[in-house]
Amino acid sequence: MPRRVAIAGVGLTRCSSWRKDVAYPELVYEATSAALQDANVTPDDVNAVVYGSMDPFDGLNAPEKWNVDACAAAGMLGKPYLKISTGGTTGGSTALAAYYHVASGLYDVVLAVASQRVGETLEAQLVLNTAVDPVYERGFGMGAITVAAIQACSHMHYYGTTEEDLALISVRNHENAMNNPYAHLRVKFSVQDALSSPMLSWPLRLSDCCPSSDGACAIVFASEEKARRLAPQPAWITGAGQITDNYFAGDRPWYEDWDSLAMLARRVYRMAKVDDPLREFDVAELYNAFTIQEILEYEALGFCEPGKGAEMVRKGVTAMDGQLPVCPSGGVLSTNAIGASGLVRVAEAALQVMGKADKRQVPNVKKALAHAWGATIGFHTLMILDREAP
Amino acid sequence: MTSQQEEPLTIDGRWDIPYRHTAGQAASRFFRELKENKRIVGGRCPSCRRVLVPPRSFCERCFVPVEEWVEVGDKGTLETFTIVYAQFTSLPPPPYCVGVIKLDGADTGLIHYVGGVDLQDLEAAKKALSVGMRLQAVWRDQREGKITDIEYFTPA
Ligand SMILES: [Zn+2]
Repeated sequence: MPRRVAIAGVGLTRCSSWRKDVAYPELVYEATSAALQDANVTPDDVNAVVYGSMDPFDGLNAPEKWNVDACAAAGMLGKPYLKISTGGTTGGSTALAAYYHVASGLYDVVLAVASQRVGETLEAQLVLNTAVDPVYERGFGMGAITVAAIQACSHMHYYGTTEEDLALISVRNHENAMNNPYAHLRVKFSVQDALSSPMLSWPLRLSDCCPSSDGACAIVFASEEKARRLAPQPAWITGAGQITDNYFAGDRPWYEDWDSLAMLARRVYRMAKVDDPLREFDVAELYNAFTIQEILEYEALGFCEPGKGAEMVRKGVTAMDGQLPVCPSGGVLSTNAIGASGLVRVAEAALQVMGKADKRQVPNVKKALAHAWGATIGFHTLMILDREAP
Repeated sequence: MTSQQEEPLTIDGRWDIPYRHTAGQAASRFFRELKENKRIVGGRCPSCRRVLVPPRSFCERCFVPVEEWVEVGDKGTLETFTIVYAQFTSLPPPPYCVGVIKLDGADTGLIHYVGGVDLQDLEAAKKALSVGMRLQAVWRDQREGKITDIEYFTPA
């Protein structure tokens, strides 16, 4: 039987297109020291560290080596240290690895850290270009955005989603980001402004796409006994998991639905005893690197029927004052330090459950969902956080 | 101490490493068929009977070797697509259209260019292209054993 695990503290950094005020370990220290302070623990209390990032975006082989001191893993403390890298789900996988460490009974307090300096990658597109297999698929100008664009093309064709729906998602997320001091893009604009932004990969415009950010995030995961002692209101993990889909883009012809995420949701909801996600979740932090994906995620996560995601947006169900606010942080659409973004979703969901989300706090959150996707839309992670222990 | 206004120092970096990727058994045969015989071949799984295009040496669903080769059509159906209007670093000059194409006789989709349509004007391009439309391969005269031996797929 896995042990009960909770989040006891969270640390986020301010994100921007280039955090030129800090060297990499200084950026990571900003997140880790904040997390340790938030959880009322010293580096001595941490039993192990898991660290997530994707090397080419940072421009060095094994960035965890440069950042080992900043992760309270080095020197006299000599802690076990594990590196995690699974594309866009890197941060979500890092949270899972920390959770597994504690749930196994082998460690009581584990620090999860994820970071990325996409702002220091002067040509991030060159890294994204190498994410596609060099044998069959690389020659066709497929980057991250083109894959999201073919999802959008399918969804519009089969379900009638419009460019206006996508624009509204962008506007909402950027409005939410205004309440988040850690967000990168904090700009207000209208649906009309969004629809006037340049077309990048039809049907996706500039306003439908996330920025490239520098940022880091750290979370303290603790066993039941430790969590109860450390945090006045821990965020309990009641469900968590990961799923993979086929490698080849052409093996998944149903781009209007995100089947792999729907399968993972069923598994994780069973674990957390969630029957009616729209009613039971009070907030969700989804990995919405591109506007269309937020709609696919509503549907796959069972917030609505397949094809009804755009209706949720139009009716404001997922707005800050709606039934299920999505991404009060502004989401990945406003900030994307890629390897960190999955862990930021977990951190934001935990802050909501702990009641510590300040201006972006949703009132009276009992249950929150955190999601990430990665690997050219092939991988997903989910984590459910609750005010009550499972 | 330095003042807040002072620009922090920066250090230039570069990661520029050449590689040589092995295409493997299935792809090597697929590419040779393109070049020498102007044929598109897939592999049929002995267990689930799906025809995988592009071919692979094993079926990921049944986890068995795929050894039967079958020819599929150079015509197919457009499953979904995007038209790229931005110049991304080291990607082709815009505009270009990339689609997932299910060739006749295949059970999986192939990523390839869709051409022969004026893409400069988005509204016109949206009228000319649609999910479910029929496409036909346009072959290069000089073929070199690459996926781009098919230049693009054009409306049939
Ligand atoms: Zn099979």
